[in-house]
Amino acid sequence: MRIPLSWLREYAQVPAEATAEGVMAELVKVGLEEEDVHRPLDELKGPIVVGQVLSAEKEPQSNGKTINWCQVRVVPEGQEQTLTGEGIDPSGVQGIVCGAHNFEPGDKVVVTLPGAVLPGDFRITPRKTYGHVSAGMIASVRELGIGEDHDGILVLSTLGLDPELGADALELLSLYDEAAEINVTPDRSYCFSIRGVAREYAHATGTEFKDPAAGVAVAAATGPGYPVRLQDQAPIYGTPGCDRFVARTVRGVDPSRPTPTWMSSRLRLAGIRSISLIVDISNYVMLELGQPLHFYDLDKLSGDIVVRRANQGETLETLDGKVRKLDPEDLLITDDSGAIGIAGVMGGAATEVSDSTVNILIEAAHFEEVSIARSRRRHKLPSEASKRFERGVDWHVADEAAQRAVDLLIELAGGTADTTATDAGQEPAAVVIDLPAGYPAERIGIDFSEEQIVTSLEDLGAGVEKYDGGYRVTVPSWRQDLVIKEDLTEEIARLVGYDKIPATLPVAPPGRGLTRTQQQRRRVMQSLADAGLTEVLSYPFVTKADNDTFGSPDGAGRSALKLANPLSDEHGYLRTSVLPGLLETARRNHSRGFRDLAVYEAGLVFLPGERLGSASIPPLGALPAEDVLDDLYGGIPDQPLHIAAVFMGHDSPAGANHTPRPWDWADALDIARLIGDVLGVELVIEQGLHQAFHPGRTARILLRSGETVGYSGELHPKLLAARDLPARTVAFELNAELLFAAAPDVIVAKHISTFPLATQDVALVVDADTPASTVLDALREGAGELLEDVALFDVYSGAGIEAGKKSLAFGLRFRANDRTLTAEEASEARAAAVALAAERFGAVQR
Amino acid sequence: MSETTVGTESPQVAAVPHPLDEAAIAAAVERALDAIAAAANLEELKAARIAHTGEKSPLSLANREIGKLDKADKAAAGKLIGPARGRLNKALASRTEELEAERDAQILVEEAVDVTAAPRRRRAGARHPLSVLQERVSDIFVGMGWEIAEGPEVESEWFNFDALNFKPDHPAREMQDTFFVEPPEAHLLMRTHTSPVQVRSMLERDLPVYVLCPGKVFRTDELDATHTPVFHQFEGLAIDKGLSMADLRGTLEHFARQMFGAEASIRLRPNFFPFTEPSAELDIWHPGAKGGPQWIEWGGCGMVHPNVLRAAGIDPEVYSGFAFGMGIERTLMFRNEVGDMHDLIEGDVRFSEHFGMEI
Repeated sequence: MRIPLSWLREYAQVPAEATAEGVMAELVKVGLEEEDVHRPLDELKGPIVVGQVLSAEKEPQSNGKTINWCQVRVVPEGQEQTLTGEGIDPSGVQGIVCGAHNFEPGDKVVVTLPGAVLPGDFRITPRKTYGHVSAGMIASVRELGIGEDHDGILVLSTLGLDPELGADALELLSLYDEAAEINVTPDRSYCFSIRGVAREYAHATGTEFKDPAAGVAVAAATGPGYPVRLQDQAPIYGTPGCDRFVARTVRGVDPSRPTPTWMSSRLRLAGIRSISLIVDISNYVMLELGQPLHFYDLDKLSGDIVVRRANQGETLETLDGKVRKLDPEDLLITDDSGAIGIAGVMGGAATEVSDSTVNILIEAAHFEEVSIARSRRRHKLPSEASKRFERGVDWHVADEAAQRAVDLLIELAGGTADTTATDAGQEPAAVVIDLPAGYPAERIGIDFSEEQIVTSLEDLGAGVEKYDGGYRVTVPSWRQDLVIKEDLTEEIARLVGYDKIPATLPVAPPGRGLTRTQQQRRRVMQSLADAGLTEVLSYPFVTKADNDTFGSPDGAGRSALKLANPLSDEHGYLRTSVLPGLLETARRNHSRGFRDLAVYEAGLVFLPGERLGSASIPPLGALPAEDVLDDLYGGIPDQPLHIAAVFMGHDSPAGANHTPRPWDWADALDIARLIGDVLGVELVIEQGLHQAFHPGRTARILLRSGETVGYSGELHPKLLAARDLPARTVAFELNAELLFAAAPDVIVAKHISTFPLATQDVALVVDADTPASTVLDALREGAGELLEDVALFDVYSGAGIEAGKKSLAFGLRFRANDRTLTAEEASEARAAAVALAAERFGAVQR
Repeated sequence: MSETTVGTESPQVAAVPHPLDEAAIAAAVERALDAIAAAANLEELKAARIAHTGEKSPLSLANREIGKLDKADKAAAGKLIGPARGRLNKALASRTEELEAERDAQILVEEAVDVTAAPRRRRAGARHPLSVLQERVSDIFVGMGWEIAEGPEVESEWFNFDALNFKPDHPAREMQDTFFVEPPEAHLLMRTHTSPVQVRSMLERDLPVYVLCPGKVFRTDELDATHTPVFHQFEGLAIDKGLSMADLRGTLEHFARQMFGAEASIRLRPNFFPFTEPSAELDIWHPGAKGGPQWIEWGGCGMVHPNVLRAAGIDPEVYSGFAFGMGIERTLMFRNEVGDMHDLIEGDVRFSEHFGMEI
């Protein structure tokens, strides 16, 4: 909302020297946030004066144009030119070249004299043009920054002005005014008016407020005016869509009269374009009192006005020229011809006022918020009217607003008002709130005095009545946001000042610190950074193809959530894997010249289950029944935390005497296993297959329980090529939640034997496709409890080994808890180990 | 002297002295000591040792002659040759030690490297500063006895709006430009704030509740220098008997000072949120701000609206609470002078790596 200061001054005690910034600084104290300043003089500088064209000689030019060589008097005849400077003629008459032709000698115009500056830093200086020295410019409204019209210069008589020569045109056009723009929160609809903001300004400064509504004398009607019936056949939530409709008739207005400059200037500062006097009056009253009005061309109406819901299939051409299909929930203004407006949102084209309208019917109505909000959304028609109605308008101000419009139409447009008036509807009961006396102090922490409470509430316009133990507060009709005692408490705190609230530190009961899962996550995230990886973040929005590729090992089965309103249609799905985003991040870094990367990300992935969401949403302000809550919880898709990493290029920067090693599949697996180590979770590695990975270089990572927790390996060469990523890029992705849950609660200590170690090595020849880990498992199992550890230390194939076979060399460490092992005992255990491997895999000792 | 300075092994160092020839033995000892002292390295010393104390050395040979002497002479010769050999052995040991020390020192000198040319053999990793800041904020509250609560990012509309007293058709719902999940009848959305976690905390925990809810939130804003469709918040919620706005201010002030130093303070300005009443905008006095100490808009806060308490089954006549929320990106931007949102979310490794593990 933009507030012209001259307007605010009419109803609040704004000091003459106050600036828009100063006004905003006051308003921010009562909760109206500062947004911007609109000040014409920031871009306009005089001398800009009223001149009179003495002569205009038409001079055709070689370029086909005809210019006017004008003599313009800028000082009344007989008076001296007091201005000085280059290009100011002491005679008081300026020679000016003008390209426009919409004026004649004798017309009074706006002259920008040398030294003046116009919007866009356009500096006026005497300049040679078309064979003359043009000492100034006759200005158009667009050049002055006060309108769009550039068809000709501004002839002041068209604005109904006949000022003195030499008068300050900036003053004449009300350009010394400025506006403060404030942000109005959705609860404070009354601040979408000068009336509301003036009241707030008075609150902020402790000064007097003059209610503009109180200044309007509503004439007593001599009888019913234009017939209006309120017939809402389908109220929303049981509340009728219209509970007041004031109609007033003004006849014989002169539609050709110009809007006075004070009014058009205020509208412009308020951000509303001046259209015609009649329309401007309607907007002016809305801005002043907060009541949106609609003016009908009385002569285009037929029969009674009926306010009702739309019928199935009904249409309306709105005044923006669009034919709209109406919904049975739309509240309409209708007459015998059918719909003539969507109530509170936009009027119809057929009955709108035009430049030939002489008889006007004024509508000042009160509509229900939800109905207006839904129609506005449905028809995508945000308007100044709907903005106010859907936030709430003062029921009581309708007749005053209608009267104010009547008065202005009479005063400015020369109309006469019918003495009859229509006021249909039912006054709602006033909202009364009981405020326990101690409540504000208890909730705010300020020990408010009775005077502070009562004065604050009365300043708001509320009625306050004391009862035993509290205050019975009658809420003013323009404050629909005040419903409960908490609302009143905020108002008291706000008017007394939030800066008066003291600081006390409440003591929470002893907490348990971070949960185990939170600690696990922190340790894992820190370990990865410690291991040399860089944490990055990416968006969870991915393509369908991303999810199809990464979401499951074989591309089957997994579905994904789709956004109804994505920022880009392509990335319209929620990720089922962290890798697509991470790969895009890696690609971006690569394209920026970072060829050696190890990046990781932890983030939720979104896995819709069989049930999705819940059909019904329980109402506000009440605990839902248990089954309803269960339904809400049960409809939330599974969203496990995944951790993924991508490695490309080399493992370290090149250096003197240091050759970096290219990352390979084993690095990815090694770091993935590090996560298991950090959590104390044993990870089982199997040869894996995943469509996003190289079919021969992929590990499936499982828990000992057999549950898959992720994949690791080299990404598929085709995928890398398609994504512009370097060959041999490796990656892993793990479901961190499964890992966290698998971590042991208690680790039982192991006995440390101090008896001597016996080591034995063994080389086994097995089929080339036998996984080493399975042979190792067999050795461990076969060796029995004397085995302390077994490790693979060599894999060999080639000379000396049959084709299709490979040799695996293992080191076995034996130790007993209670004695020194003999060589025989160790050899026996080794033989048992080899025997099991031989039995399972046909392993032969080399 | 010439016979003692050569490094080559020579069996004929000198004539064998008679074991009772004191002067000859003394001369042999002198020659030997000179040779030991003159050995410039361990090889030369070894040669000197063999020449002067070896089996064929004059003293050894002289010693061997003792056996042929009379009994009385044997003792005298022994007294003469024994100490002489003792002196030589001592001199040898001492010189060996000296030369070994010299050799060892020399090896260390030769092994010297240019440490300034050392390569980085391991990558230096980095955390994302948003994660680090989130952890730091959490730790401050954990230190106050609060707990950290988390929740899903795809939420039910009820948790995100209705339970938080957003009326179904009120413009306040539209202020938070929401990503909706298909189909619309499932009433699922990307949470627009972390407040649904507050509702979950109230529903799932025993009273009193003191929780901080950090996390990712989503709005349909295009990415630009100051906006991103995905960002992070932390929200606090306290529900207890008798909590007032003074408790809110005290908590925020304590937190602000932990984050920004003892000079920091906060300012509350009236504002509107559907889920709090009274509500306030929160400014922080940032003593270390770029361009000098100043007030900076930090977030929103207020006393929990009774409808929010009721939605969680809490009686607003018995319990009251306060809540606050700030943006982590915004905090990082003014705390660490991050100029452009793109740097925070694009994942350029230079951004994280500049911070390393710290902020």
